[in-house]
This record gives sequence, structure tokens and C-alpha cells, in this order.
Amino acid sequence: MRRIQTKIQPSSPEFRENVDYHKGLARELQEKLQKFAQGGPKHAREKHTARGKLLVRDRLAHLFDPNTPFLELCPLAALSMYEDSAPAAGMVTGIGVVNGREVMIVANDATVKGGTYFPMTIKKHLRAQEVAMENNLPCIYLVDSGGIFLPHQSETFPDREHFGRIFYNQARMSAMGIPQISVVMGSCTAGGAYVPAMSDESVIVKNQGTIFIGGPPLVKAATGEIVTEEELGGADVHCRISGVADHYAENDAHAISIARDIVEALAPQNRTDIGRMTPEDPFYDPEELYGIVPKDDRKPFDVREIIARIVDGSRFQEFKALYGLTVVCGFARIMGYPVGIIGNNGVLFSESSLKAAHFVTLCSMRKIPLIFLQNITGFIVGKQYEHGGIARDGAKLVHAVSNADVPKFTIVIGGSYGAGNYGMCGRAFGPRFMWMWPNSKICVMGGKQAAGVLSTVKVEQLKKQGQEITPEMLEQIQAPILARYEEEANCYYSTGRIWDDGIIDLKNTRNILGLGIPVTLNSQIPNYKLGIMRM
Amino acid sequence: MIKKVLIANRSEIAVRIIRAAREEGISSVAVYSDVDKDALHVRMADESYNIGLPPAKESYLNADKIIETALKANCQAIHPGYGFLAENADFAKKVEDAGLIFVGPSHASVLAMGDKIQARNLMTKAGVPVVPGILAKIDSFSHAKKEAEQLGYPILVKAAGGGGGKGIRLVSNSNELEAALEAAAREATSAFSDPRVYLEKYLEKPRHIEVQVLADSFGNTVHLFERECSIQRRHQKVIEESPSFIVDDDLRAKMGNAAVRAAKAVNYRSAGTIEFLVDQNKNFFFLEMNTRIQVEHPLTELITGLDLVRLQFRIANGAKIPFTQDQIHRHGHAIECRIYAEDPENNFLPSPGKLHLVRMPQGPGIRVDSGIETGLEISIYYDPILSKIIAWGENRETARQRMLIALRETVVLGVQTPVSFLLDVLNDPNFISGHTHTGFLEEHGFINKPPTDKEVPLEVLVAAALYRPERAVAAEGKTLSSTPWTEIGPWKIGG
Repeated sequence: MRRIQTKIQPSSPEFRENVDYHKGLARELQEKLQKFAQGGPKHAREKHTARGKLLVRDRLAHLFDPNTPFLELCPLAALSMYEDSAPAAGMVTGIGVVNGREVMIVANDATVKGGTYFPMTIKKHLRAQEVAMENNLPCIYLVDSGGIFLPHQSETFPDREHFGRIFYNQARMSAMGIPQISVVMGSCTAGGAYVPAMSDESVIVKNQGTIFIGGPPLVKAATGEIVTEEELGGADVHCRISGVADHYAENDAHAISIARDIVEALAPQNRTDIGRMTPEDPFYDPEELYGIVPKDDRKPFDVREIIARIVDGSRFQEFKALYGLTVVCGFARIMGYPVGIIGNNGVLFSESSLKAAHFVTLCSMRKIPLIFLQNITGFIVGKQYEHGGIARDGAKLVHAVSNADVPKFTIVIGGSYGAGNYGMCGRAFGPRFMWMWPNSKICVMGGKQAAGVLSTVKVEQLKKQGQEITPEMLEQIQAPILARYEEEANCYYSTGRIWDDGIIDLKNTRNILGLGIPVTLNSQIPNYKLGIMRM
Repeated sequence: MIKKVLIANRSEIAVRIIRAAREEGISSVAVYSDVDKDALHVRMADESYNIGLPPAKESYLNADKIIETALKANCQAIHPGYGFLAENADFAKKVEDAGLIFVGPSHASVLAMGDKIQARNLMTKAGVPVVPGILAKIDSFSHAKKEAEQLGYPILVKAAGGGGGKGIRLVSNSNELEAALEAAAREATSAFSDPRVYLEKYLEKPRHIEVQVLADSFGNTVHLFERECSIQRRHQKVIEESPSFIVDDDLRAKMGNAAVRAAKAVNYRSAGTIEFLVDQNKNFFFLEMNTRIQVEHPLTELITGLDLVRLQFRIANGAKIPFTQDQIHRHGHAIECRIYAEDPENNFLPSPGKLHLVRMPQGPGIRVDSGIETGLEISIYYDPILSKIIAWGENRETARQRMLIALRETVVLGVQTPVSFLLDVLNDPNFISGHTHTGFLEEHGFINKPPTDKEVPLEVLVAAALYRPERAVAAEGKTLSSTPWTEIGPWKIGG
């Protein structure tokens, strides 16, 4: 495979300016991550540790094999929501290595509102289960939660993707042969009691873990019976009397070592072999990514320069390099794994849509994972293009992407607008993982375009009522729309709402993909099946 | 008519002159010393003759031998190039007396400009500003001391017969004067066989800006704009450019007119250069005239589209300059870097040796005047210039960027070269912003940089030079069963 020839000028003032800008964004991201990683307020953390309990991230450090990576999911969930009272939505989820095996962990953070479930906590829990289900990952639940956060019950309890779905998923995964393991390290009250109860195997910590359908206050209210938590549903009760738990632990550390032993005894995993070669570092320095993406997001850049800093040896076998130039497709390797990469170099035309659809089909037939580097304002518009059938050709791409069951990875490296988001495997199109760069934007259309469309509608209405429109009135109509789009398009708005799996530092892109690809190979890649394409 | 010319020079300038002669339909005769028998200019010329032993005095400076060779080879002319005998009036006279055409000015012009003191007097008479200085030669120390005080320190002590930076001393107070006078006189004696020195006011942070002139035998004299050569080390030019960053149209016209007056004052013929110092208030002062083709002449050729060496031949043939002053236009910006066999990390000492590999840059706007190729031996006997890289662009920044790329493409293995030094200078913010002066390299710490310890083995350099990234094939085809999860180590997103 040939090496991409770079055309960048690291000494140019523009490049340096971009570096400053992106490093600033990376610092901002780092600060936010560090703040959220602390969990709840100081007094809550002190109270937690005073009871001999480990903080959630310390529990994970004990659980994972030493010197192994941790691929955290949605670390900034609930950012700027609930008056910022639920950092990371009170939960840590992600993939780590336990006894040499990749597992999904879902761990409540009891220092955040007692580990109770906010709407975003449920979404984060379900997303972790979805990743586990798609990729055949054993699930370990470190349970320490008071159940639903009652003030938000209407957004957490009844619907299809609300609290009940957690247990449904446990049952379904168990049936699929995906091990479900619970470690009860705090309260599991009411619905929460079903997490250990639905698990294949569960561990409970004495004098600390409790499992009951109704806690002592509810029991007293209902029957007048007065019991302590420990008598009602402690470790002794469940390991000796009820049989709800299987393993009795002295403390957090002991419980975690039991969980490790459980994983050790699981049946071995078969990973799909797609032919991993000896990896090679990129020839060009990934740090240069900071200087390549322009500070001004309206300025174009060549996505090949990005690819060159992500893939092995900066080598790229481009497909249809002379056709449909606004999309770049080609084969490469990431940490030794073969991948197909699709990146945007402009708006999607019919030709570029067809080219990308062809390429998706290639990878799907050959069972090669697909990586989408999204930076797309949408499909081309205008009479000429509508007559040329852009909707039909765009639909072919959306068809191909939707039915491509190879592992798909989406990274938003710039804009993700409109139907471009669909064609380039946005969240709705089932990428196994979706990450965003700190400079990226995601929105149905640009703020200016939206303000234009909405104000045109409004102006037409007012004209019908015989009203004259002054430029000041137009400005008044447009300003709030612009402001709102600006806020909602921001990647932090997206990540807070779990529209993605996290915002990542540019230079981490290769690691994230290198870890993500083998995770997805824990499940089989089905044969390619395609629907009816409109020809 | 010149049908055959002997080129009394070597290396890149000899190659340059051979090419121009060829374009003019003139046969070329090269001369060479024993060590230069395989040199590029020897193989490029139509004929070649050995003229003696390696030391320049025994060969390239041997006027009689060279003239004898020209006559023997039935040449009608001698082109002296630069250096060696180029500004030797005796040689020019001998050439004329032998009935040959000297491709350059008359020996009288060379003589007039060769004596620095006489030149200053002539310039003052012609209304060309000169640097305040003591015009009389310095006969005794007490006399010199008085004169120096009158002038005000700091002052420069210069060789009257000199050029090329030899025999120049900077004196900042009277205590240093005597030693400087002696040293300058000694150096002047050995370099020019002329111990006379004179004193000159030292200008603070001046720019070296020179004007190219061209004159024919009919009194037509034009100028071809300026070149700035402020980036110098020990008065040797390192990087030159045209136009100068500070010269505007008004100053350009004034300096051009002064240069034309200067040339006319010595009845100049052929291509020549009037060197000026320009102070911070844009006052310019005559420094000296180079009565020959300059090393940096390609700058002018690139921005004017004219060929100075071919014009030299035509004028030598008795032709009139085929254009007038207002028909000469400039376009774009050119920068020249000189590639010497020298070690910037070791006080720019010459670095002789065998050239194991030479690869010169190419590409749009890049001109390379080179006298070397792979396998050639760089001897200790001569000026160690290897080649000149000249980059042209629509504007200064484009030219600079092209030069950066060209320098990075340049491969010369076997001797030390200043390529990375030149890259550092070209990337210096003060150079980029055009804040240049003749003390630029000293001021910004480019001189006497501590050497880096890293000694790169020759094999590594050869491998690096031969390596073509696009030729490399994919990684070893070994299939792995491990995953990055066990290879990456303790990494996390918020790390």
C-alpha cells in the first residue's frame, strides 16, 4: 500500500494558529473530563469512603487487569443538564480487560445523588448494554444505587427505553449467552433489586450491600413491620436464606476479586479473524492533526491528511480516486486490522454518493470494518441535482450503510448536518461506536440556513396579513434562532444527551479505533444482505 | 566575432558560462588544474586543457599560461567569471594586448574601481554618496589615530586593494586600532599584494544592497534593479534576494541612477555591480564596484527574464544593449542560497571530501546553478562553493516557501553543508518579517552556535537519502492473534 503524501506546512502561521485553537479545545475537554471523573460533591465522597467503600473509579482500577486500557463510554453524559447536579449521570460505563477478556462494566456512582437513575443515567446504562449485546461482551454491574430519581419518574419509568428495559436486556443477553454478573456494593432497592436478581451470578458485600423490593420505610408503611436493612436484605440474608445472591464478600476489594474469578471461569470467547497484521505507527505525527483542521469550520481541508495520521504507516489504498471527488474512500489498516475508510471532502453529489455506496458494498461483502470520518454539510441541492435524482442516489448510500452489518465506526471530525449525517452513518444507522472531535458540530442544518428558512416562512405569513417587514424585524426573528442553533449544534450539547459515545482528543482517534475494532470482533459478521435500491 | 571562448574559471560559474556560450553559438574551452581533471566544467566544455598544479597560483591564477592556452586553442575571447583573475587589471590588460577580447570591462575600468581609495574619490566627483571615511591612505599610526577620532568610533579598517571581505577589521575604540591596522595590512598584503588600508565610518545595522548595471561600448548604461545581500557571515554573503524588502520605487530609482552614474564615471562596459550600504533611514552609500559577473546574478535574471552572461558575450562582440532603461521590468521575487562545503557548526570551516551522493532540488520556480555531481572530490584548494539554489515566486513568501522545500530536497553526502543552517535562517521570524542587516546572523545567534553532539553515521545518511517513501511496501505480512487491548498499556480517554 502506498503512503499518503502530505501537503501540509507545519511552519505556516495558519497551521500554528490551528494548533493553538485545537490544543485549547483539547484542554477544555480534559478539564471537563477531569471534573466529571471526580463524581459527586466532596462531602458525599468523604462520607462514601468513611464507610469503608471504594470510590467507583477505584473499584474499576481493582477490577481491571493492571496496565490495560479502559475505553470509557459517555463520560460527559448529563453535561449541562439537571443544573449539573449529576456529573456523568452518576454512572461509569465502558470496556476494560478482566482476566484477559474485554468486558462491559456498568458502575453506579453513589456519591452522585445516591447513585439514583436520572433520565440520562438510564440512557447511559442502556447504551452500555446495547454495546455489550452487539459485541458479545460479558457485563459486570457494580451496583450501588437508590433506584429511580423520583422527581424525574415520568421520564424514567414507563416507556420502552426506560428503567424496565435494563432487565429486559439482561434477560435477552443471558439467553444469547452473554454473561451477566452483578456485584452488589450498596443498595439495590425496588426495581434496582432486579439487577442482581436477573444476573447469571451475583456477589454481595456484607454490611454494605442490600437487595430488597421494598426498603424498611416502605415495609413499615405497608405492614407496620420494623426491620433493619441488613435483616431485610443484607449479604447474610441473600447468600444463606433467600438465594438471591451467590457469593459472599467481606468488603469491596474482596467482592471485586470474586468478580474477577467469575470471569476467569467463563467459557472462552471466539474472536472473528479478519487477519490482523503487525501494526505500524502512522508515518506522519498524529499531533499534526491539531494543525490540519482549520479553526474556521467553513474552510475545507483534505480528509486524506487526517487519514494519514490515523492509519498504519500512513498507507492508504484509495478507491475511485478520480471519481466523485467530494468523498474519499479507501482501504487501510489500523493497528494491524484491515479497515475501509470513508471521509468527506465536501458536499455529497450523486457521483460521490454512488461511489461511497459502492465502497460500503465492497467492505460489507468482504467483511471489512468501516470507518466514517464525518465532515458533511449535506447532499447537494438545486433543480439540476433534483432532476438528476440526487434523492435516489443519496438513498442508495443510506440503503447500503443501513444494511452494512460489518462493524461501523463513526467519527465526527467537523460538521454533521442534515441527511449528510444519515449517509455518513450517524447515530441512527447503528455504528458500533460514534465519537466526536471537540471542534465538531451536529445539527439538522446550519444556524444561518435554519434562520433563513424559518424567517422566510414567517415573512410570508406576515405579508399575507398585509404587514411590511423591516430589516430590524427580520433581525429580531433570526437572532434567537441563530443563538439556539449555535448552542444545540455544539458537540457538548450532543454528548451530554448521549447522541454519541463521547468527545475525544484528536490524537486519541487511533487508539480509540484500535481498541474498538477488536471489541467488535467478539461477535460474528453476518453475510451481506441488501434491500431494494431505487435504480 | 567570438567563435570560441576560454573560460578562466571552474565549478558552477564555469558551467554557467559554458551554457551561455553554447546558447550564443560559441564553443567553449575549459581549463583545469590537476585535481579538477574530472570536474563537471571540464566534461561540459567542448575542449579542455590542463594548466597546472592544484594551488590556484600554479593554475587558475596563472595569467600567462591561461592566455597562452587561449591562443593555442584559437580562442577569440576569455571570460574570467568571478574570483581568480576576474578583477585583475593586469590580466585584463594582458588579454587585450594578446589581441583577445576580455569578456568584461576594459582594464582601465577594473583598475579605477580596484583601488578603493581612488574609487571613492571618483564616486564623490560623480555625485554618488560614499560612506564617510578617510580618503587618504594611512601612513603612520599616529596619523591614523587622529583621523579615526575625527571620524568617530566604531570604524572599519579596510584594505585599499581588496574586496570579498578580506582585510576588513571592525575597531570600536582607539586601543584596538593599532592591532587592527597591522592585521588588516598583513591580510591585505597576502591577499592582494597591496598593504594599503583606509578607515571608514561604521554604520549601525546597515543593509547591503547592490545594483546590477549593464553597459555597452557605446556609452549606453542601464541598471537592472537591486539585490539585497545583508545575510552575511564574516562579510561573506549567505542568502541573497531581489527585490529588497525595504527598497521602494523611489529609492530604487535613486539608487539605480546613482549606480548608472558610478558606472559611467569609469567608462564601464559589460555587467557590473555597484554595492551600497543602506542605513536605517534609507540613506545609501557607495561601498565598492564589482567589475565582473556576481555570484548572485541569477536573482536578477529570474526577476527580469534577461540573461546577463549572454548579454556579456553580445556586448563583448560589439553589440548595443538591445533595450532601454524603461523597457526593463521586474516580476516577482527571488531568493538565492549558496551551498558551500563547509561546517556551520564548526565555525564554517571548509569541509573537503568526496561527494558520495548529490541530489539537487527541482520544481516550479527552482533554478540550480551547480558545479558538482555524485562522485566528485571537493578539494581544499579553492573556494568551497558547490552550488546555488535560487527560488522564484510571485512574492517573497512564495519564494521563501519554495526555497524551504528545495532545501529539504537537497542531498549532499560526504561533506558538511549549511542546508539546515539555511533552513533555520529562512525560518527565523526576523528574516520572515524582512528585518535584515549585515549583522543579522551575529545578532540572532546563528554564528558560533554550539555544535550538536549527534554524529549521524554515513550509512544512515545514505539510507535516508536513498529512501523513497512511495516505494515502500506494506508491513510484514504476519498475522497476529493478540489485540491492542494487551498492547496499548494503561490508556484511558480522560488520560
